[in-house]
Amino acid sequence: MADVSLRALRKIFDRTEAVRGIDLEIEDNELVVLVGPSGCGKSTTLRMIAGLEEATSGEILIGGELVNDVPPKNRDIAMVFQNYALYPHMTVAQNMSFGLRLRKYPKGEIDRRVTAAADILGIAELLERRPRQLSGGQRQRVAMGRAIVRNPRVFLFDEPLSNLDAKLRGQMRTEIKRLHQRLRTTTIYVTHDQVEAMTLADRVVVMRDGVIEQIGPPGELYHRPSTRFVAGFIGSPAMNFVACQLVEENGALAARIDGLAEVPVDGAAHERYASHVGRSLVAGFRPEHIREWRGAEDGRVRCAVTPDVVEPLGIETMVYFAHDGAELCARVLPDSNPEPGGEFTLSLEARRLHLIDPDTDRVL
Amino acid sequence: MARAGAAAAGASGVFGLPASRRRDRRWALVAAYFALGVFVVFFLFPPYYMLVTSFKTNEEIAALDTNPWIIEKGVTTEHYTGLLTDSAFPTYFLNTIIVTLCVVSITMVVSVLAAYGLSRLRFWGAGVLATGVFLTYLVPDTLLFVPLFKIVGALGLLDTYWALVLVYPTITVPFCTWIMIGYFSSIPRELDEAALIDGANHIQMLLKVFLPVALPGLIAATIFAFTVSWASFIYPLAYIYSDDQMVLTVGTVTTLIKGDVFHWGGLMAGALMAAAPPVIVYAFLMDYYIAGLTSGATKG
Repeated sequence: MADVSLRALRKIFDRTEAVRGIDLEIEDNELVVLVGPSGCGKSTTLRMIAGLEEATSGEILIGGELVNDVPPKNRDIAMVFQNYALYPHMTVAQNMSFGLRLRKYPKGEIDRRVTAAADILGIAELLERRPRQLSGGQRQRVAMGRAIVRNPRVFLFDEPLSNLDAKLRGQMRTEIKRLHQRLRTTTIYVTHDQVEAMTLADRVVVMRDGVIEQIGPPGELYHRPSTRFVAGFIGSPAMNFVACQLVEENGALAARIDGLAEVPVDGAAHERYASHVGRSLVAGFRPEHIREWRGAEDGRVRCAVTPDVVEPLGIETMVYFAHDGAELCARVLPDSNPEPGGEFTLSLEARRLHLIDPDTDRVL
Repeated sequence: MARAGAAAAGASGVFGLPASRRRDRRWALVAAYFALGVFVVFFLFPPYYMLVTSFKTNEEIAALDTNPWIIEKGVTTEHYTGLLTDSAFPTYFLNTIIVTLCVVSITMVVSVLAAYGLSRLRFWGAGVLATGVFLTYLVPDTLLFVPLFKIVGALGLLDTYWALVLVYPTITVPFCTWIMIGYFSSIPRELDEAALIDGANHIQMLLKVFLPVALPGLIAATIFAFTVSWASFIYPLAYIYSDDQMVLTVGTVTTLIKGDVFHWGGLMAGALMAAAPPVIVYAFLMDYYIAGLTSGATKG
């Protein structure tokens, strides 16, 4: 059990700067997910924590101890790789016990730990098989078992579910979460899949181009993104962005989206926005905060659109429409039946509107 | 192969392929068997001829009026017993075994370590060095034995089989290193990293992960080193003159060909016995030459 601290951590490969000085405090027992598009530096960060890459500068502390110059085997970490990295010539039991055997644990202790881990993961009957006789999901379980038996201070997961099909990915995701709730070991998990990040994490770290965009619990990232990138990255389908004008009328602020709607700004936010009155900004609103119009309601704004694509998903229906060159999306109830090319009236929840400064891309 | 073909042919009958397809298939099989038959006869003829001749009496071998393909005048083992009891042949055999064991051991130790270093230790110039190692293999023996003669002479190893133990690795090490580099490079890097995190040092990683995973390559390299040191002719011919230091290839020939007198029976018996160990080694190791051992290590 240990906390992990990254301080001004940088990594330069040849001439590209993969990680540009990040600071991150991960608490004991916490499950932190590093998420971002490919090339954002999340895997490099994880590999530096593991000791597989040397940090160009900055400090890595595990349990308060500076580990920059400590080899991976002495960092007391265990890692699960994207492509499993199982030893093909060893049985499942041998794969799981390899690290313990190298560390000269007594045989009884090794057997006890392997059996316990196999029971947790439901692979007890596979212990004598070899990796090539296992399915992808089973291999991933073995890779996790190999990490569990070591009982390390920190678990590192490097996109462990990317090679699994969608259904299995969902199952394994739940299992990893259950595992963490049971073992309560500090875990750092890297993924490019924001759904994985949101469902698993105690805190999510969104990275982009080698820097951290935002750190926070999933709910905070969803409701209060700090940048346009985070706003667009978290949530599926992605947040709608459209140009708007912040105007003041009779002491009240409103975001005027030409040809679509004029959205009144929440009174509590006036102070934050006051200095931007009259400016051209970007309005961001999530598809789930637009639904079909059911008559005037408090805090909702009416907007009439012409859907161009309608996707019924059973539980809900996605309505896509174009505005001002942007493709926008609304999630409506399945019983409303918009016609592509026809008239459709939507209702936008005003207080869910995010205003973004187009110069800095920061959410105001 | 023949069984599989026959089974497939049977299956096609069961599943009722169109008559024209069945006819095509039959003709393809006939042609394949014919080609294989020619191939087998062509390649098994020399060993057969050696075998038959080695069991003939000297009179029958010399006689012109007998059928050379079969033994007509009684089987004799005199050529074998003569070689084993009344010549230096057992010494040659022993010397060859010593040389081969030494060469294979040296080759495998050096080339495995070199290949591991060149494929994994990411040091400056590793790529150029790897290519350089292979280029040395491209210089033919027939050129190399002249300058090497100088070196062997200067080291005082002329006329001892230790000269061969020194010289053969110059041929086997580059090629085996090249083979092992190929196999090691195909091992996914995550496997090293997993082992590194599991606590393995370089030697443990090599012995417990790399070698078992690259077993097919290890066997291929061993077979190559074995064949080279067992069958090389030009080096012993150039460097060794005494009977007690001689190896099989040259020894058999120099003992049994005296001027223009060819002891055909003895030559055939000697050659067959000399060829037996490689055949056994091939047959034995081929069972272990399990390709695709790495499947399942990572995705796929």
